[in-house]
Amino acid sequence: MATPKDAIKEKSMIIQKEMLTKQFQELSKAKELGKKVVYTFVPGNLIELILAFDMLPVYPEINALQSGMRKKSGGFIKDAEKMGHSEDVCTYVKCDIGMMLNGNIGPTGDKIPEPDLLLLSYTGCFTFLKWFENLNRLYPNAEIAMLHTPYQEAGKMTKEQVDYMVKQLKEEVIPKMEKVSGNKYDPEKLKKLLRNSVQSEDYWVKILQTAKNKPSPIDAYFAGVYYMGPINTSFRGTEECVQYYKELYDEVTERAQQKLLPVTPEGIIPEEKFRLVVEGPPNWTNFREFWKIFYDMGAVIVASTYTKVGGLFDMGYRQNPEQPLESIAEYCMGCYTNMNLPQRVDLIEKYIKEYKADGFLINSIKSCNSFSAGQLMIMREIEQRTGVPVGFIESDLVDPRYFSYANIKNRLESYFQMLEQRKIILQQETV
Amino acid sequence: MQSIDELLTYCEKVAFDLNFAHAKNWKSQNEKRVIVGYLPIYVPREVIHASSGLPVGIMGVGDRKQIIKGDAYYQSYICHLPRGVIEMALDKNLDGFDGFLFPAICDCIRNLSGMYKLAHKGKFQRYFDYPQNFDPKIGGVFYIQEMEKVMDDIFNINGVRADVNSLNNSIRLYNINRRLIEAIYDIRQEFPWRLSAVETYHILRAGIAMPVEEHNEILKQVLDYIQTDRGEPMDNIRVVVSGSFCEQPPIGLIKSIEMAGCYIVDDDFMLGSRWILGDVEENTDDPLQALTNAYLYQSQFSSAYYDVGNPKGKRLVAQANKRGADGIIFSAASFCDPALLDRPEMQKECDEAGIPHINFQYHENTGQFKVIKEQAGTFSDSIKLWA
Ligand code: SF4
Ligand code: SF4
Repeated sequence: MATPKDAIKEKSMIIQKEMLTKQFQELSKAKELGKKVVYTFVPGNLIELILAFDMLPVYPEINALQSGMRKKSGGFIKDAEKMGHSEDVCTYVKCDIGMMLNGNIGPTGDKIPEPDLLLLSYTGCFTFLKWFENLNRLYPNAEIAMLHTPYQEAGKMTKEQVDYMVKQLKEEVIPKMEKVSGNKYDPEKLKKLLRNSVQSEDYWVKILQTAKNKPSPIDAYFAGVYYMGPINTSFRGTEECVQYYKELYDEVTERAQQKLLPVTPEGIIPEEKFRLVVEGPPNWTNFREFWKIFYDMGAVIVASTYTKVGGLFDMGYRQNPEQPLESIAEYCMGCYTNMNLPQRVDLIEKYIKEYKADGFLINSIKSCNSFSAGQLMIMREIEQRTGVPVGFIESDLVDPRYFSYANIKNRLESYFQMLEQRKIILQQETV
Repeated sequence: MQSIDELLTYCEKVAFDLNFAHAKNWKSQNEKRVIVGYLPIYVPREVIHASSGLPVGIMGVGDRKQIIKGDAYYQSYICHLPRGVIEMALDKNLDGFDGFLFPAICDCIRNLSGMYKLAHKGKFQRYFDYPQNFDPKIGGVFYIQEMEKVMDDIFNINGVRADVNSLNNSIRLYNINRRLIEAIYDIRQEFPWRLSAVETYHILRAGIAMPVEEHNEILKQVLDYIQTDRGEPMDNIRVVVSGSFCEQPPIGLIKSIEMAGCYIVDDDFMLGSRWILGDVEENTDDPLQALTNAYLYQSQFSSAYYDVGNPKGKRLVAQANKRGADGIIFSAASFCDPALLDRPEMQKECDEAGIPHINFQYHENTGQFKVIKEQAGTFSDSIKLWA
């Protein structure tokens, strides 16, 4: 394996870094630039609409995950607990509240501006609603708009649900955006942004699908969380986002042609021993260590559900610029955690088969009932349907108290041994 | 007429029969009858009743059933309620139920609806979503559609479609039910010793496992009994208990609070039965609209309800003042995100209003209440001392 100094800095990585730096700089100067700031959530976000009104988004979950990666979340969580929050609840919320209690300093060290609009579109998680009630009390002067996204309880979206959302967009969200931004809603501008989104989505899907190659040129979980950043957060709809995904696609296809394996912080993985599908978010406080356990064992994640929290483009969904609001409604409803449990099981089964995975692993997150409640049943179903070995580990998103390296490593080592044995048996059977 | 003790024994038996024999017996008397189980907190039971159905509340197993299989379906950091609900399904306690409703309260209940789907329990398993948009032309329309889906589900089983008359009739019966319950709470506010919190709890919980007509009769009789004195007044403080709306507190916990010197003059234990404040319009051409209006404008505050514009902390303080409560006990199930995430803000409102408060966490099968009793006792003593 390559040493850290050999690690390849791909062009796409540099582009993404520049995009993020520019975004945070813009945010820190929002008031000077006369730009209004919208706090909103990642899953099912309305970024094209926000951009159509020339506003800047802030995603509290992204702040929380960044705090986790920068080892600040532990302190923030404790501060939120000191003000009365229970140990038992979602740590993203507590991390965010703790960050605000400490001056709302963002990942770049600049203060994150206060919101002009709190835009609650709570796709797939009830906790978002509570989170926003808390934000509303912290920022009583901000305008607040709510977009209720119905759950795909029947395993599909209905026309009535779409109509409900479109009405909310027209009567609640857009008027509030007009009021806050001082700009009129411009459907043509929105359509243009959506056209860009479609282009990015096309590239993104092609990138994800390169993992069908053996060996896979990407890790669709650990690297996937970086790759998904622009499309799932502030950049979908922009031209620079299209450029980013085009560049990334070129890089990945080149790697696939050369039969190169995924790039890790320590270089390129030398051998693909196991192909896995992973369910659940990663841990952020010990992200590198966590990833290392996998790449040291030659385990490559070929598909993950977490990278679909911003939408299932790989299952065919695309924005429709000709019906912008309807298509935004479908986008919101289509995100992974807004799918019912049978849909989630079907999707995972499909991934295991299509990506020819050797195993299925769940990283169950203490904080996140939206993902975690029901995962043990998902595991049983997948085991029955596919026969691949299933593994189960537990950690947390941003609470370092719930990441036990030794425990996770032990469990994963036993799991990889199980995969190894199964491989040997399968090879013997085919001989 | 039964004695009050007989009534109370009967209610306790029906409330905690995890096989729901009473409901199943009711169903067996007519082939059109269906049983629809619903999870906490609230569903508009009128639409089920009007479709020849019996809505039966599934509030968990409490400490009446040992959880064995259910634990294998849930990680340690998930609340207890869904474990018991899965265990009941696997143990065939819920066989004979025709369908299940999972109201939108949290992601555990939401995902539980999917688990029931995967396990093929009942003929339908529906997540019942509530609009978090309160414009009648937007959220109201959505809510009517949600109710219509349930009516369709039941129609597909028994061929009975609720109509204006049957819905108006059901609304009338549930209005009576709500009024009687509130009348009992009003009397208890003044004379809490006449009916203990545990007795009240048994009566209300029995009501979600029997036909509303029968429950109304029981409530009327209880109300008659408590018009005159029963029991001895004690030097207790008066408290409101908040946060126990979904996973139910063990009976021992409710008992401990009272034994420690706190009369519970209001609570959110059986919130679903008391969700709508006041009457629903009962003689209209559009009863679904009447139910919708009730949901939009007459809902009790709760963690399941988006409260920007009408914060629940303020409403809790108002409730405590209305009941003449000396303090508030926040009592939430462990790992209950909705209740626990609301708690700090609600406590802040209490502080601002000068209302003393304490908090506990519990599991439905918690067995030891010594610490809770001591805490509640100290709380009561300190209020008496400083009042
Ligand atoms: S419960 Fe999960 S999805 Fe919801 S806010 Fe917390 S981490 Fe995010
Ligand atoms: S007790 Fe709380 S977390 Fe558990 S199912 Fe009920 S509302 Fe959800």
